[in-house]
Amino acid sequence: MESNLIIKDKQKNKLEKAFEILKTMASKPSGLIGLTIVLFHVVLALTSPYIAPYDYKAISPNTMLLAPSAEHWFGTDSLGRDVFTRTILGGRTALTVTFFGSLIALLWGGLLGIFCGLVGGKIDDVVMRVVDAFLSIPWILAMLLIVSLLGTSTEVLIPALGFFYGKGIVRVARAATHDVIAKDFIVSARARGHSNMSIIWNEIIPNVRDAILVEGAMRWSWMLLGFSSLSFLGFGVSPPTPDWGLMISNARGLMSFAYWSVIAPIVGLSSLIIGINLTADAFAKALGIDRSTKAPV
Amino acid sequence: MSEIIESVKNLSIGFNSQKGKQISILRNVSTNIKKGETVGIVGESGSGKSTLALAMMGYIKQGLFPLKGECIFKSEDLLKMTSRQLEKIRGRKIAMIPQNAGQALTPNLKIGYQIDEALRLHTNLNKTERDKKISELLNKVRLPSPETMAFRYPHELSGGQQQRVAVAMALAGKPDLLLLDEPTTGLDVTTQAHVLELLRFIAKDTGTSMIYVSHDLGAIAQVSDRIVVMYAGEIVLEGPARKILKEPIHPYTYGLLKSIPKLSLSGLPASMPGSQPQPGSINEGCSFYDRCNLANDHCKKNSPDLEHIKELDTNVRCFNHKELINQNNNLQTSITKKSNNSEAIEVLKLKDVSISYAKQKFFDQLLNKISDQNPTVKDINIDIKKGETIALVGESGSGKSTILKSIAGLLKTKDGQIKFENDRILSSDLKMRNPNDLRAIQLIFQNPDESLNPNHTVEQILSQPLKLYFNLSGEELKKNIIDLLKKVRLGEFYMSRYPRQLSGGEKQRVAVARAFAAKPDIILCDEVTSALDVSVQAAVLNLLQQLKEDLGTTYVFVSHDLAVVRAISDRVAVLYQGRLCEIGPSQNVYKFPSHPYTEVLLGAVLEPDPDIKPKLVAEDIVEEKPPEKGCSFQGRCPRKIGDICNSEVPPWQIGENGNAIRCHINIEELASLQQ
Repeated sequence: MESNLIIKDKQKNKLEKAFEILKTMASKPSGLIGLTIVLFHVVLALTSPYIAPYDYKAISPNTMLLAPSAEHWFGTDSLGRDVFTRTILGGRTALTVTFFGSLIALLWGGLLGIFCGLVGGKIDDVVMRVVDAFLSIPWILAMLLIVSLLGTSTEVLIPALGFFYGKGIVRVARAATHDVIAKDFIVSARARGHSNMSIIWNEIIPNVRDAILVEGAMRWSWMLLGFSSLSFLGFGVSPPTPDWGLMISNARGLMSFAYWSVIAPIVGLSSLIIGINLTADAFAKALGIDRSTKAPV
Repeated sequence: MSEIIESVKNLSIGFNSQKGKQISILRNVSTNIKKGETVGIVGESGSGKSTLALAMMGYIKQGLFPLKGECIFKSEDLLKMTSRQLEKIRGRKIAMIPQNAGQALTPNLKIGYQIDEALRLHTNLNKTERDKKISELLNKVRLPSPETMAFRYPHELSGGQQQRVAVAMALAGKPDLLLLDEPTTGLDVTTQAHVLELLRFIAKDTGTSMIYVSHDLGAIAQVSDRIVVMYAGEIVLEGPARKILKEPIHPYTYGLLKSIPKLSLSGLPASMPGSQPQPGSINEGCSFYDRCNLANDHCKKNSPDLEHIKELDTNVRCFNHKELINQNNNLQTSITKKSNNSEAIEVLKLKDVSISYAKQKFFDQLLNKISDQNPTVKDINIDIKKGETIALVGESGSGKSTILKSIAGLLKTKDGQIKFENDRILSSDLKMRNPNDLRAIQLIFQNPDESLNPNHTVEQILSQPLKLYFNLSGEELKKNIIDLLKKVRLGEFYMSRYPRQLSGGEKQRVAVARAFAAKPDIILCDEVTSALDVSVQAAVLNLLQQLKEDLGTTYVFVSHDLAVVRAISDRVAVLYQGRLCEIGPSQNVYKFPSHPYTEVLLGAVLEPDPDIKPKLVAEDIVEEKPPEKGCSFQGRCPRKIGDICNSEVPPWQIGENGNAIRCHINIEELASLQQ
């Protein structure tokens, strides 16, 4: 018996599917802008060590606080370092730390959320109350505590950020799991006698994956802001490593007469955050999740 | 000839596809509604019947737009009116009764207030006149004690009563035309029969014209004067109800009528091959060409026009309708089943099973004790023989699905035992059952949209049980999947498809294949056909029967549809409020003498025949809890004999034909009462 349905999307391999999603994302102006910005930042972070015109740590009393010119495109800072060089290098640490931080957040938050949603009952109650308790602690205080106890190395920052931003994902993953858990295909798998692990892996993850990925993309931009705030307070990367948060913090006193040394890192940081946000929104829409009508929990 | 109040002329409605192509959902529809006439619009899902009905009140769903044509109501085109102009017509001249009144009524306003609101908007009556009118309207729709009813909230009423309130609200503006969109679809059989009876009375009493939209030919047959049959956005047949139902001269209508299971026939209904074409996929030729057994090359190339046949007063869209005129005496035939009760080994025994949904008290929870004196399901004793199909029938809340779930191990029983093969007790906890027992009992669900993982291909879906139970992999796994697909009459190319790319019937076939993948002894079918269109339902029923004959599987079949049950089952168990009323071989249960509840249920079944009217023997009250003492049916029983029914649980009586009835009335007396 032939189906009357026209088979529009034939079986595609995963790469083709990813490409399709990218194409849908780029079809709207906001998605295209977001993707371009993010791509630009990623390419810049990868290539900046090779294209930077100056040494980022070269201090010179002769070139202190120079205004933008042909020689120094974005001017120089209070120690005579080239702001352009430092700006294009400044996103490297932030991007790496927050990217891996988000991955960790997604992994533990997503899995714990799915597990709680599936088993329910007392385990779910206890875990969710603990998560709620953690959510009530101001994250910056907790981060400062961890960083001052364990130091500011990336090995500390990545898991710490990953942990703190994963709490919210637990709730989203749990809510998404609740949406599918009542469906008959899960009941059917249970009645067949599949184990919990097999149900999570085969039945739940394919159905909640999209929601969690979108949430993860949003968390990435928040984490970027959080990481830069830490640097701004002096608890992120240590000088002289170039970092946007740190650069803003150092130059903010001189804003009234050397605005260029603040503006460049601000533009760098905010454009990346906006870019990620736009991309995450376009990603959600391409996957068919409408964030405007359905608030993440 | 009476006055025409609304006429639809050459109406086409469509939408723009993502690729910018114009796709029409309704194509060149023309029809007239006369004053005082009830027109039934019937068709399967996606045939455009609701779109047509809504267009008749000037409403076009978002995303759709009229391509051409007009809807003339009292010499004005509704489709050209502004929303301000339409406001004056809707509710006052054309009123609508929605499918689900429970959702259409505002939950936090008393129903008297809601009717009053309709009266304020559509009439010029003052307060005292309106109050009088409200009780008049509530009286008219036969709601008990209208004075107190007006002060109730919608949630305090049953589904049938809510639907009556919706009818009262629609009548408030004294409309000329009433539009009913599947008004009885969500209701229980007995309630449905009562509401239809009321609608028929109102049509006669007030002279209002009605447009009745439904997929159910049984309901349409009860109310309509004239029937319009839709297929793929076109009218394929239109004429007087009796002619359409008794002598359909369009092959689609003929097939549709044949595929409806009927109470008067044992055996399975004939099925129609294929499914309705998707909008936009018909380019040339007749839209029914693929599924028609009268089709020839002429039909493939040319689309037939609606042709008027004077002697039958019927319009038909078919080149070969003359061939059907002689075939019509075959309408009352069915496919006979092979009965295979040679082996009388019992595979599954339910012994005194009780199931409770009551929340446990803290101490009972600690002691792991369930204390509920009045459980939802109580004292179920059923022995199921190998290779038979036993059906559990009842209205919503009768506990039929609950019993099924506890057999599958998804719900714990409170009391009693479930015994499987050689009297081995099955644990009521899923985790305590051994894998082989889990394999032996498989479930098929009502809605294949929910029971198939939308992110898995058919191959992945079918490989789950094969991997789990038989550890298959690689080539062998693939070979088994292809075999399974063949068993359910699907081709190999379905393997790479996702559920969303399949039609409803195909999805249910995949679900059936998944259940059979485990090589089960027993398959539990939970309303497996109620989400499907009639023609597809017949095909799935035939498939299930065929598989059973080939493989000797035992089915436990749960359904609210007595005609479907009649078609497929060998034995029937009738349930009311979680208690067994009657059990016996199906041909006998459908004969008298039967339990008063079975009598009520059978009387309410709607047949697609205007000459068979439902018998309304009991009130359609909904009881929320089973009575604590006595007979479970005491609250609604038309043959209640007295206090004994309230105080004592009736004994089992076994009739000559082998069906057992639980009633205080002597079985011979029942027989003479029902004759």
